[in-house]
Amino acid sequence: MSTRIASHGRLIDRNTTVSFTFNGKSFIGHAGDTLASALMANDQMMIGRSFKYHRPRGLVASGAEEPNALVGLGTGSRFEPNQRATTTELFDGLSARSQNHWPSLEHDIGAINSLFARFLPAGFYYKTFMYPRSFWKSVYEPFIRQSAGLGQVPTERDADTYEHFYAFTDVLVIGGGVAGLQAALTAGRAGAKVLLMEQSAHWGGRAPVDGGTIDGAPVEEFVEQAVSELEAMPNVTLRNRCMGAGIYDHGYALGYERLTDHGPAQPGPRHRLWRIRAKQIVTATGAIERPLAFAGNDVPGVMLASAMRDYVVNYGVTPGQRVIVATNNDDAYRTAITLHEAGVQVLRILDARNSGGGPLMSVARELGIRIDCGRAIGKVKGGKRVTGVSVCAQEGQGGALEDVACDAVAMSGGWSPVVHLWSHCGGKLTWDDAHAMFRPDPQRPPTGADGLGYVTAAGAANGALALDAVLEDATVAASAAARAAGFKSKSVAPPQGAASPEAPLEPVWLMPRQAETPLRMKSWLDYQNDVKVSDVQLAAREGYESVEHTKRYTTLGMATDQGKLSNINGLATLADALQAEIPQVGTTTFRPPYTPISMGAIAGEARGEVFQPIRKTPMHDWHEAHGAEWEPVGHWRRPYAYRRPGESTHDAVMREVKNTREAVGMLDASTLGKILVKGPDAGRFLDMMYTNMMSTLKPGKCRYGLMCSENGFLIDDGVVARIDDDTWLCHTTTGGADRIHAHMEEWLQTEWWDWQVYTANLTEQYAQIAVVGPMARTVLETLGGMDLSKESLGFMEWRDGALGGIPVRVYRISFSGELSYEIAVPASLGQALWDKIADVGAAYRIMPYGTECLHILRAEKGFIMIGDETDGTVIPQDLGLHWAISKKKEDFLGKRAQERSHMTDPDRWKLVGLETTDGSTLPDGAYAVAEGVNPNGQRNVQGRVTSTYHSPTLGRGIAMGLVLHGPDRMGELLEFPGTDGKTYTAKITDPVFYDKDGEKQNV
Amino acid sequence: MLILRCPYCGVDADETELAPGGEAHLKRFGPGSGDDDFHDYLFTRENPRGVHFERWRHAHGCGKWFHAARATDTLQVFGTYPAQTSEPPKEVLALIRAARPGWSWREFA
Ligand SMILES: [Zn+2]
Repeated sequence: MSTRIASHGRLIDRNTTVSFTFNGKSFIGHAGDTLASALMANDQMMIGRSFKYHRPRGLVASGAEEPNALVGLGTGSRFEPNQRATTTELFDGLSARSQNHWPSLEHDIGAINSLFARFLPAGFYYKTFMYPRSFWKSVYEPFIRQSAGLGQVPTERDADTYEHFYAFTDVLVIGGGVAGLQAALTAGRAGAKVLLMEQSAHWGGRAPVDGGTIDGAPVEEFVEQAVSELEAMPNVTLRNRCMGAGIYDHGYALGYERLTDHGPAQPGPRHRLWRIRAKQIVTATGAIERPLAFAGNDVPGVMLASAMRDYVVNYGVTPGQRVIVATNNDDAYRTAITLHEAGVQVLRILDARNSGGGPLMSVARELGIRIDCGRAIGKVKGGKRVTGVSVCAQEGQGGALEDVACDAVAMSGGWSPVVHLWSHCGGKLTWDDAHAMFRPDPQRPPTGADGLGYVTAAGAANGALALDAVLEDATVAASAAARAAGFKSKSVAPPQGAASPEAPLEPVWLMPRQAETPLRMKSWLDYQNDVKVSDVQLAAREGYESVEHTKRYTTLGMATDQGKLSNINGLATLADALQAEIPQVGTTTFRPPYTPISMGAIAGEARGEVFQPIRKTPMHDWHEAHGAEWEPVGHWRRPYAYRRPGESTHDAVMREVKNTREAVGMLDASTLGKILVKGPDAGRFLDMMYTNMMSTLKPGKCRYGLMCSENGFLIDDGVVARIDDDTWLCHTTTGGADRIHAHMEEWLQTEWWDWQVYTANLTEQYAQIAVVGPMARTVLETLGGMDLSKESLGFMEWRDGALGGIPVRVYRISFSGELSYEIAVPASLGQALWDKIADVGAAYRIMPYGTECLHILRAEKGFIMIGDETDGTVIPQDLGLHWAISKKKEDFLGKRAQERSHMTDPDRWKLVGLETTDGSTLPDGAYAVAEGVNPNGQRNVQGRVTSTYHSPTLGRGIAMGLVLHGPDRMGELLEFPGTDGKTYTAKITDPVFYDKDGEKQNV
Repeated sequence: MLILRCPYCGVDADETELAPGGEAHLKRFGPGSGDDDFHDYLFTRENPRGVHFERWRHAHGCGKWFHAARATDTLQVFGTYPAQTSEPPKEVLALIRAARPGWSWREFA
């Protein structure tokens, strides 16, 4: 059984107990425990089930690399899935539950997958779930959805807060082990501004566990002294519980600080995302031990040797009482010695090397530990817990020499430097044959804006595994980084590390070397995604040669741990299967973040109201007070309709349309874009921007214009007014103002930079009110101050003046087909003018109307709307807007493109009106079907609905659509199957449904 | 997350302040041009692994367009300069040639 032991436990406080629950059951741990060590102390070795086969799984590691011990943490609005028990600090009241099982961890139905494991090999999903097509929706997808996915999605909004923090530093040191501390000391003493980050709660990394001395004293003393010296330096900032998450272009780095995860009762944000700009970065991220691939290496109780040592030394817990150690290197002997000292029985050290190890082996032997060289684990016995192993020869196929009963297995396949951060932004690796590992290639670092490297790896992360080498390497790395950041370090000899020398390791990628198929099918490479040696070998047999392809085919390394334990073993297995060298096969790409970071940290403060600012017109509050139902248009909020008590939204819209057509309505049009274009070349410039001629427009007049992109597509429309000889005011769509202003600037700055033109986006400077309907002129004349007669202000003209004592500019333009004035005033006077018009208009039945009424009014008149009739693939010619395309101009944006063969194709769908035969309203976006089916078995189509409304004016549904040869097919009937199961029949008509001759607007 | 110096306002701008604008120094083909020329002008781009001339706008700053000579493989920046030019400045070309002998990009070498 796993249990707390009387000795060791340097990180826990045995005098303080902490209570927590796991799957609803109460347990006790100590302050300083991780959830993992506390579960181990309570003999809870099985913590979850595996993703694919639902096999029982327990702790393998003690840190960020843990693949199995993922739990759902917290409850309700603080529930979070997939949290690693090994990096979760225990606190009083912690509540955790295991994942990937139903109905319970102990009794799981999905474990039946395990019995069929030989039918679920690599690529199983790809091969099995292809045909028939109809099975996807009803059979395959529900099955996959049920069985896929780690953990559960939270059901409530996250109750915590998060923040972003911007930091600038000369040298960023990532990792607070002895290498990181020494690097920070070196750079800090040189005078550089240093930021040192450590992902765990403790400084010193694993060196205090591994033993040895620094300058003759225990490692812990060096750590204490280093931290206190660093804390005293004003130019150094230290952050623990802060992971270096990623390194990006030009010295950008992300830090992920977990502020209150270890004590959720504390006030303040839960996580802080550090957004760092560093001149130089030192990655002192250590190394991770590799598992050994032998049959049953996933049974709870099989652990990394270093992790077992961590649990004993740091937390005073042991996973078992009788342990077998399997190794290919000397480091695992430290675990055997530590266990022995802690009173745990070490039954065997199975050293795969025929010649065994160095001085550490002698120490172990002197302690009386039995050491078998050239031996391997053939198979681990047990289901939910290790019960024993069969021992075999490493150079064999797995024939058992001996069965040994035990309750835990420590394994060590050697060490891999944590090269992730080095690699994130392009740092390259080199294969170190002696240690069988990839380490950073100092000749090919990530490069910055000056073309020089800005990342230096230090210590174990750089392949320097021995304590003396770590300290020396860190000193050299940090000196170089400080120098590159502009600080010269005094050359001080690094502290002297001393630890037992080690004999060379011997690479072991499969145990035993010639393991037979049944063993290989139980030899796990990737615990989290359930990938075995046999899967990678199958991929190789099926022709997968690239490591990137093999990764995706087998899902090796694609789980939330990104293959921290499996990458090297997996690609070594692939190399072996391909009979290639490991460096030729290479690694997959390392991508940030190093471990998953919370969505909350990524969002920071950008949630709720501050996620995106809302733009409000000067009359926003009035609309709110008068029943406006809001519609988001870009960042604006516009009234969709004004509901009166007892009215439905539809009723309100119908009333607004009828009232505007019969009496008078008023619309807040302030959101329309208003771009001033001014200068000696402004006319020439606008002739390029618009498809029609703007230079010939007379001051005092308005013209409707179309704008196209250089490849011919319609991007915006609006009314242009000429203000004076060298000034035009261009109205754009509400959503288009910023985009069109940028579009104008782009062409002015990058193509016609010698033209003398200024542009200014005045959208928010003016409030604009449309007064629309037969009584519009009467209302404004009653308000008084300007002659608005037909003779004085004709259609498509504008005048400056005053109405009701307020200075205004009145445009006589119409987007409704009614007599209509749009009145612009300085924004600060918008509400005042709105009030006066509403007051005076009351006698003439004036009502405000919203965007839906506006849409119906324009659709009844066949006016197009950008974003409805256009979608980025439509040209003005498709919409019958030839009249707005100048034939006189030599050039305008889009002209050349509109001559391309595809643009002049007579088969392009063209705008028509659509009238349902029964008066109903066509579904928006519905397609008109044609004869036959396409190669995908779908009906052929010949058109689609772009705008569709119920017209209260005409008492029936009206629509516009783009139809193949539409204008030549007036009167023909089309069928539109709806998603409601009905098929609608509509007749092709002219798109102008109302007042075709424009008599109403020209009064 | 590049940093590029805006040649107008002198700010070392973080990428979040900038808007990308694709390849620089394109020659516009308008009405009267041949189909191939116009097609290439609209769609054909260098997309090199190596030194590239790009357009950027200091969108959340001074609003000006500028060009950057940047290596897409190493992220080295050889210089930024105003967009009101049809060719890269001589000193920028000299820097690139010195760093990458034999280099060429469209008509520039
Ligand atoms: Zn600028």
